[in-house]
Amino acid sequence: MNVHEYQGKEVLKQYGVVVPRGHVAFTPEEAVDAAKELGGDLWVVKAQIHAGGRGKAGGVKLAKNLDEVKQYAEELLGKTLVTHQTGPEGKEVKRLLIEEGCKIQKEYYVGVVVDRSTDRVTMMASSEGGTEIEEVAAKTPEKIVKVTADPAVGLQPFQARQLAYAIGIPKKLVNKAVKFMMGLYQAFVEKDGSLAEINPLITTEDGEVMALDAKLNFDSNALYRHPDIVELRDLSEEDPKEIEASKFDLTYIALDGNIGCMVNGAGLAMATMDIIKHYGGEPANFLDVGGGATTEKVTAAFKIILEDPNVKGILVNIFGGIMKCDVIANGVVEAAKEVGLDRPLVVRLEGTNVELGKQILNESGLKITAADSMADAAEKIVSLVK
Amino acid sequence: MSIFVNKNTKVITQGITGSNGLFHTKQAIEYGTDIVGGVTPGKGGQEVEGIPVFDTVREAVEKTGANASAIYVPPAFAADAIMEAVDAELDLVICITEGIPVMDMVKVKRYMEGKKTRLIGPNCPGVITPGECKIGIMPGYIHTPGKVGIVSRSGTLTYEAVHQLTQRGIGQSTAVGIGGDPVNGTNFIDVLKEFQNDPETEAVIMIGEIGGTAEEEAAEWIKANMTKPVVGFIGGQTAPPGKRMGHAGAIISGGKGTAAEKIATLEKCGVSVASTPAVIGETLARVLEEKGLLEECTTAK
Repeated sequence: MNVHEYQGKEVLKQYGVVVPRGHVAFTPEEAVDAAKELGGDLWVVKAQIHAGGRGKAGGVKLAKNLDEVKQYAEELLGKTLVTHQTGPEGKEVKRLLIEEGCKIQKEYYVGVVVDRSTDRVTMMASSEGGTEIEEVAAKTPEKIVKVTADPAVGLQPFQARQLAYAIGIPKKLVNKAVKFMMGLYQAFVEKDGSLAEINPLITTEDGEVMALDAKLNFDSNALYRHPDIVELRDLSEEDPKEIEASKFDLTYIALDGNIGCMVNGAGLAMATMDIIKHYGGEPANFLDVGGGATTEKVTAAFKIILEDPNVKGILVNIFGGIMKCDVIANGVVEAAKEVGLDRPLVVRLEGTNVELGKQILNESGLKITAADSMADAAEKIVSLVK
Repeated sequence: MSIFVNKNTKVITQGITGSNGLFHTKQAIEYGTDIVGGVTPGKGGQEVEGIPVFDTVREAVEKTGANASAIYVPPAFAADAIMEAVDAELDLVICITEGIPVMDMVKVKRYMEGKKTRLIGPNCPGVITPGECKIGIMPGYIHTPGKVGIVSRSGTLTYEAVHQLTQRGIGQSTAVGIGGDPVNGTNFIDVLKEFQNDPETEAVIMIGEIGGTAEEEAAEWIKANMTKPVVGFIGGQTAPPGKRMGHAGAIISGGKGTAAEKIATLEKCGVSVASTPAVIGETLARVLEEKGLLEECTTAK
């Protein structure tokens, strides 16, 4: 689960990580009030969307007076920001973070991930702050240093010191950097983070070490034990169809094509998208109905697909193991009747109770094209939507 | 022969009184798996389907002589269940449960260091040696005993591959689902090693997907160590970056873990990669034919 920068910073603050003072604002008036409350003579107006690259896309503005704060807030709120992470359609700015301006001395990078090759939490740091870490990794990998935490004891101060010295944090600020990193690690582990990126971490002219930006992702499998994190979820940042699907415990991801897919199992669902593409089509979505779906769940899945106006045809690909083919068939028939099936539908059923499933589809009176294999199904749906 | 499980494997089900655990335990018994007991804390002393239920794994092992466990307990309690099974010194623990927090698995892996147990999964379909032992949620009837090993990160895609093989009369030695989570017990290389050493396995199908670099590491290992032919498939060629495709581990992040990269590495290391999921069986048959193994591997004529 993603959260906004200002929310991430609130979480980090609880763990002693220093962040610039700031407030969230939903209107230009709130932005001005926030700036007044912060005081000083320099403010940063930052667009809050669930995507990186905001600075380059014009989503971060420096204001030198309250009029400028108001002006930038008016400009940014309601604006659609297109960054390299939003896709061409961009994201509408609905919230701003108003922060005090900081006198930056130097920018660094600190990130935390669960490293899949060691099965442990790794903290990495770089002297190249402000640049995307992927770019640093590609061009100057020697500028990224890593330490791995032993889960039995957690990250140790000596490891944080190693990082701080290696990236050239000024000697008198090393202790503050260590406190920062220890707090970041604690926050990551205790709140079940899946990714934390502080880019940049800055040292300031007045001797602070702080997170100028914060990107935090949380493990959605662990949200059950973090009600405080669940509260940070911003549904307006998510695709409405993905939200609807999650209510039924379905995994749905919207894509750009026009062939809707309903598949059981994540691997088979991905492979179904691939084979559609292989035969010259474009998938409209990834949808995994799971291993133990009920007729109700299948109906919900089918409705979500049909409600997408981009969908010109549907491919159902089911390998029934636990999921019985007759359950799928019943779900498809019920949903099609309820929503009104107005587009081509190709169904490929295989596995448990396949004959019964096929019989239900045949006797439904619906216009369904049956397919014998994955290849056959993909070919058929691609030619039907052309 | 086979790997990990065979007709002598004695299995307990952790979470046997839950609906999933019970359903799949019944299916396993029907398939012929030697299920000797079950564990649900607080329900020790009961019997389900004629199987004794124990409060703890240790007690179940002492009373039944079990050497393997299948875990179906809910995600919030699954890490604890795995560690209990490891503590009871089972040889093999197969965790079917989907949705375990990654941080829990990080702790489990640390706990398992220096212990004898092999963990398969979590978030996996399980392991089957056709005709001998089925532990997990795969439909047993699509399998045929034979000489092709399968290792996969995906459940239904494994069934697809098995089905294609069975239709061609090509049987399987063992099919292993290693699961779709980023932190898991057994990786591709662990399984490939076992298949390489198993005299009854003549060839291997390896099914990977986007996310991480396990396939690339496996490819390098195959090139350096494997004498048996390996056919691959990678799911997610059309997956967009930054999105978790159902499995917790199936995500392209920071431009890493793409299907294209994995396919290129596999091919460079001598693995024939099926171009679509529909031709996994066909690709394997072609490779077997080239190596003169097709006749031997066609075990159901």
